[in-house]
Amino acid sequence: MSADTRSPASPRTPVYAFVGNPNCGKSTLFNALTGLKQKVGNYPGVTVEKKIGETYSQHGHPIKIIDLPGAYSLAARSPDEAVLRDVLLGRRADTPQPDRIVCILDASNLERNLYLVHQILDLGRPVILALNMMDLAAKSGLEIRVARLEKELGIPIIPCEAANGKGIVELRLAMSRSDLPLAKHAWEIPAPIAPAVSELAASLQENDGKAPFSARAEALLLLTDQDTVRVTGSKPLHPRTSAIFHNWQKRWAGEGTDWAGSLVSSRYDAITELCSRIVVRKANVGPSVSDRIDQVVTHPVWGWTSLAGIMALLFLSIFTLAELPMNFIDGRMAALADWVKSVMQAGDFRDLITDSAIAGVGGVLVFLPQILILFFFMGLLESTGYMARAAFIMDRMMSRVGLNGRSFIPLLSSYACAIPGIMATRTIEDQKDRLTTILVAPLMSCSARLPVYLLMMAALVPGERVPLLTKVSIMLLMYSLGTLGAFGFAWLFKRTLLKGEPPLMIMELPPYRLPRVRDIAFHMIERAWMFLKNAGTVILALSIVLWFLAAYPKAHDGATTTQQLEQSFAGKAGHTLEPVIKPLGFDWQIGIGLISSLAAREVFVSTMGIVFNAEGSDENTAPLRESMLKAKWPDGRPLFTPLVCLTLMIFYVFAMQCMSTLVVVKRETNSWRWPLFQIAYMTGTAWVVCFIVYQTGHALGF
Amino acid sequence: MNALSKLSELSAGTSAVVREFPKQGSAFLRLREMGLMPGTALTLIRTAPLGDPIEVKVRGYNLTLRKSEAEQILVEASAKA
Repeated sequence: MSADTRSPASPRTPVYAFVGNPNCGKSTLFNALTGLKQKVGNYPGVTVEKKIGETYSQHGHPIKIIDLPGAYSLAARSPDEAVLRDVLLGRRADTPQPDRIVCILDASNLERNLYLVHQILDLGRPVILALNMMDLAAKSGLEIRVARLEKELGIPIIPCEAANGKGIVELRLAMSRSDLPLAKHAWEIPAPIAPAVSELAASLQENDGKAPFSARAEALLLLTDQDTVRVTGSKPLHPRTSAIFHNWQKRWAGEGTDWAGSLVSSRYDAITELCSRIVVRKANVGPSVSDRIDQVVTHPVWGWTSLAGIMALLFLSIFTLAELPMNFIDGRMAALADWVKSVMQAGDFRDLITDSAIAGVGGVLVFLPQILILFFFMGLLESTGYMARAAFIMDRMMSRVGLNGRSFIPLLSSYACAIPGIMATRTIEDQKDRLTTILVAPLMSCSARLPVYLLMMAALVPGERVPLLTKVSIMLLMYSLGTLGAFGFAWLFKRTLLKGEPPLMIMELPPYRLPRVRDIAFHMIERAWMFLKNAGTVILALSIVLWFLAAYPKAHDGATTTQQLEQSFAGKAGHTLEPVIKPLGFDWQIGIGLISSLAAREVFVSTMGIVFNAEGSDENTAPLRESMLKAKWPDGRPLFTPLVCLTLMIFYVFAMQCMSTLVVVKRETNSWRWPLFQIAYMTGTAWVVCFIVYQTGHALGF
Repeated sequence: MNALSKLSELSAGTSAVVREFPKQGSAFLRLREMGLMPGTALTLIRTAPLGDPIEVKVRGYNLTLRKSEAEQILVEASAKA
């Protein structure tokens, strides 16, 4: 179906696929060629990033490039690899099958990088090899005979250093060629397996309608794809083909032939043989810079020190650097609302704009600086290679709850905000591990809970100021409750709901690289934009709904905002909710706060301000504290006893009160099932724990 | 020929050659695809501070795997230089 696209006269824009192992510099090369002309999205049905960019040939003709996810093999074990395989084989209806393939290799690590290339050459497509990181190869004492490799394989080989902009021109030149030779790619399929491959290939061609040149590749893949990751968009096998496959499997099992293993070994044999002729080890250089860094960061003492230091720096920068832009955004949004108030006539429509649209979207925007900084830091950790080291030293601890080290950084960054944490789980290969991490990440006490904690602590302690020791110990208690909850539930989910294969920790520790700030910034902006688009719209809608609930039905003329709220739908909902939350010591007024903070936890504080008719702000809660302490149950008992304050804090530790997170979870898990489950289990836990705490406390006379 | 030992029991800095490698299990197919198979030379770089996983240098790059897998891989340690 695509043979015609190879002819030079074809008016269709040629489509190139960029493929390579993780950490081979593929994205840097892609960014260098396409610049800002790229579209980033998702492959429908899976959470794998789809990147398509455009560049121009040397003659000014457009070229389309698909930047496929990094992978070690075409035999898919993760959705990333499944997408790579399916796009290359033209199995996805949503993506054009690439006409040509550019394989990017890390020249300093040729053998393992050539494994994927070896599989790709089977596909019978024109391939260009970009030997990236030639400088690093030279530094580690390796000489690569490029001309020899070109002669052996018969395809263009472009040495480059993408990070220094070297080789880009040559690569573009090669990509502009109207004719590209096919590789001389003959390798011997092990004898016991060869007849099966031809039989399968014939059936694939006949029954599954595969093109002749790719049928053999499909057959070979079938044999190593033991637990094939099926993704939406890929078609199932013809029954005849799967019957042949199962027959062979049975036969091999009887003979004791390890078909998958010997296929891999024979590929590596061919690669080792090739490398012996093209890679010359010139000098045995001593330990590399990477080795020396690793001696420190994976050291039993210095390893923990550096991990703690890096994390401290991360949180310090989130809380200090983010403050200025946060205040700025807060101020701008307030000014915008004031401006709208000054130019529009007073009325419901004006209130709708100022109190719901501007306030709601402002509430999301205000967290943007934090989220950006987190994205930037995580990009930095990932691209320098430190992320893998953190996973390496934390793995043992995470394995206690059935996760692996890869979950550590996403969980940790959820202390600041669960959203970047959840978005960072894409680096976790195992889908069940990833889902578990996503499910428990919002239990880590994020910064939006802080205003609630602070307000409750102020109400908890008599006197104007909260003693430092009390403050610290209560905070510590809340953070450890959340952390314990997260790990406890991870343990539970991995044993029940998401029980799977025994957990693995097969991971490359890539050499340290200097970060490419441009690439990280690109990535950060992409992610942030995605978040704004998704969360922003949902929050806007929800804010309007919540505003409506609080504004209607109208109270009599001249009613105060407190009276208005009391008899609105929200107020009624608070009353309706009261029987449910009364066992926790909460009344309908707190109920209104709980409902309104479904949008975001920090909204609780401003709602309490309205409910108890107190002026104040996040920073200055003193007037609100006064009014709250005066609040009473109808029978005259005080509402905010220390026990109730504590219970309310605990409620916020566990309850799922963040719409933005839910939207992101929906996006990352591709269904509403998991966010709904999160609401159920987290808020359910919150209720149960609060019930126990309040009732026990009450029985003890507090 | 030296005696075979488990990869998980190799001490840091020791080089060895893989002799016996499990045929079953997706973890081991994965390891093969990452270049670890019978006949492959490797060096144990270190064990993580908490005792698991381990880091080996194989085919010029660094790879981690857990001890639960490493103890099923038998290696022949090279004579100390």
